[in-house]
Amino acid sequence: MHFGLSEEYSQLRETVRAFAQDKVAPVIGEYYENRQFPYELIKQMGDMGLFGLPFSEEYGGMGGDYFALCLVLEELARVDSSVAITLEAAVSLGAMPIYRFGTEEQKATWLPRLCRGEALAAFGLTEPGGGSDAGATKTKAVVDGDEWVINGSKCFITNAGTDITDFVTVTAVTGTTPKGGPEISSIIVPRGTPGFTVAEEYSKVGWLASDTRELFFDDVRVPLANLVGERGRGYAQFLRILDEGRIAIAALSVGLAQGCVDESVKYSRQREAFGRPIGENQAIQFMIADMETRAHMSRLGYYDAARRMLAGEPFKRQAAIAKLYASESAVDNARAATQIHGGYGFMNETPVARMWRDSKILEIGEGTSEVQRMIIARDLGF
Amino acid sequence: MNIVVLVKQVPDSGAERSLAGDGWSVDRSGGTNVINEMDEYAIEEALRLKDETGAQVTLLTVGPDHAVDSIRKALSMGPDAAVHVSDEAVAGSDALGTAKVIAAALGTLEYDLILSGAESTDGGVQVLPHLLAELLDIAALTGARKVTVEDGGLLVERQTEDGYEVLRASGKAIVSVWDTINTPRYPSLKGIMAAKRKPVTTLTLADLGVDAATVGRSGAATTVLSAEPRPARGAGVKVADNGDGGDQLVAYLTAEKFV
Ligand SMILES: Cc1cc2nc3c(=O)[nH]c(=O)nc-3n(C[C@H](O)[C@H](O)[C@H](O)COP(=O)(O)OP(=O)(O)OC[C@H]3O[C@@H](n4cnc5c(N)ncnc54)[C@H](O)[C@@H]3O)c2cc1C
Repeated sequence: MHFGLSEEYSQLRETVRAFAQDKVAPVIGEYYENRQFPYELIKQMGDMGLFGLPFSEEYGGMGGDYFALCLVLEELARVDSSVAITLEAAVSLGAMPIYRFGTEEQKATWLPRLCRGEALAAFGLTEPGGGSDAGATKTKAVVDGDEWVINGSKCFITNAGTDITDFVTVTAVTGTTPKGGPEISSIIVPRGTPGFTVAEEYSKVGWLASDTRELFFDDVRVPLANLVGERGRGYAQFLRILDEGRIAIAALSVGLAQGCVDESVKYSRQREAFGRPIGENQAIQFMIADMETRAHMSRLGYYDAARRMLAGEPFKRQAAIAKLYASESAVDNARAATQIHGGYGFMNETPVARMWRDSKILEIGEGTSEVQRMIIARDLGF
Repeated sequence: MNIVVLVKQVPDSGAERSLAGDGWSVDRSGGTNVINEMDEYAIEEALRLKDETGAQVTLLTVGPDHAVDSIRKALSMGPDAAVHVSDEAVAGSDALGTAKVIAAALGTLEYDLILSGAESTDGGVQVLPHLLAELLDIAALTGARKVTVEDGGLLVERQTEDGYEVLRASGKAIVSVWDTINTPRYPSLKGIMAAKRKPVTTLTLADLGVDAATVGRSGAATTVLSAEPRPARGAGVKVADNGDGGDQLVAYLTAEKFV
């Protein structure tokens, strides 16, 4: 038994590491500062096939797997989280529901462009009224002739408003279950559908070079064929999507946690105080040793969850553990890295400042830390 | 069209490099060997022509067994196949010896165009394309910053100190490229996986019918008289500005040939 990577995985990781260092690192600060979406980088990532990683070649994918995606997310986030989350949301939230649950026609229509990174898709679950309680969806869809008519709104939706966004898959209540609860389904809403409006970009704390929007649906009509998977299976579907997505967010968190180690090692060797590099103080070395420990343990967590998932074993608990531990490690590491950088750590031009701002959302998105603990506890029988 | 790209595995110029035990040759045993940087531009140019014309692209390398690692990496960018000449007797060859081996290997391949980097980061002699052109009796268009395939020939823009020259060749040619010519692509996962299945033919000097005595250390036409490790980096020059700081800077930059 070992956690060593196969030659393909390591070569992919090396390739993306080089890309992140050579192409992303030099330019991302400016995109971030200007709150601009980095179309040029996304195009390059598309050319590298990153958006098609876990999808089969039949739909224009790379024929890789979810673990390959996770490795890539880790390496990107080691340098920058905005491009990493754009890829994560595009693949695991945007394209994956269609790939897993879509009809042949939906796959043939949408996936090739998504796999090439020429287009992005988004997944709209969270609503202004609440995200953690996904069953409390208020957005409604009713059948009228051969169309769905959708009314409601969604908030904080990643990739929903870029120039290259093709569609958003939204969850909506489509009826009542036999037990009396809401019947939830997922429906594709293409960009530009009348009545579908995308609000201006939010003023966010972090992930400034990624796209996050509020969406409004006002008598939006789409064909019945835009239903993704079976009617009433929406809840089960997104639970599966979110379980997988947690492994991806864990990987992204590990990247940020490791990036904090990289930057802190570099800086503490070169910054001098009291006549010697600050890194010669054991107090600083121990901080960095703790950071490395958290990054390492977090990595093992997501490797294990991904391995279980690919082996077809239950992985819900392990995915929640990986996400919980990695995101909290990322926040801890970002705080420590900022501390090690002193005043410069508080300046936006310093990479760790960006990591600090980008870290907090990791404990919130795709299930808050509280939700992860609920999942773990529930899986233990509570 | 058949394109052969010459690639070389070199010690990573970003890492510590050292001389081998003999005191004059480059230590190639270390773990940090990479594809010669300029060769990646030659590969990209070949792949660009492949995308355009459907050309077959074959990589050709002469080097020790571990050069195959770099070959697999280069194949993941998209070339179709590779030929690896590996023979103890090639070690210590000078540029002429290497050119003889490459010329013999090219004799086993179909090619219309040979692409190479303009120089390697370990030797940097820049003569290999010319030597090959002479041995193969084909045109040498060196130092290209642009390559266009035309009806029955090639159009090349050659980078010079103060501009560029336009060269045209009909028939077979070798073109060496600078890093101004393109931006090499990153391999995709599909490319990485496909690279494993691509054919890599390994040949020895005997396979090529090259007499081992004419190459290698003993067959070399040139001798390295002395070699020294790079001196430690100096302290640098501090320009104190007493009103003439600008002039001093310009004088320094001119003296060091930066401008
Ligand atoms: C930048 C960004 C991008 C996002 N992208 C997307 C996207 O692409 N698609 C999408 O659908 N959503 C997206 N989200 C939404 C995100 O998933 C939600 O914000 C998250 O799930 C939390 O939901 P909420 O904000 O409504 O918080 P709430 O659910 O209101 O929770 C508020 C607080 O209460 C806690 N809490 C709630 N219930 C309990 C309980 N039972 N026990 C203990 N504590 C509890 C929570 O943990 C949290 O601390 C994004 C959010 C952000 C900020």
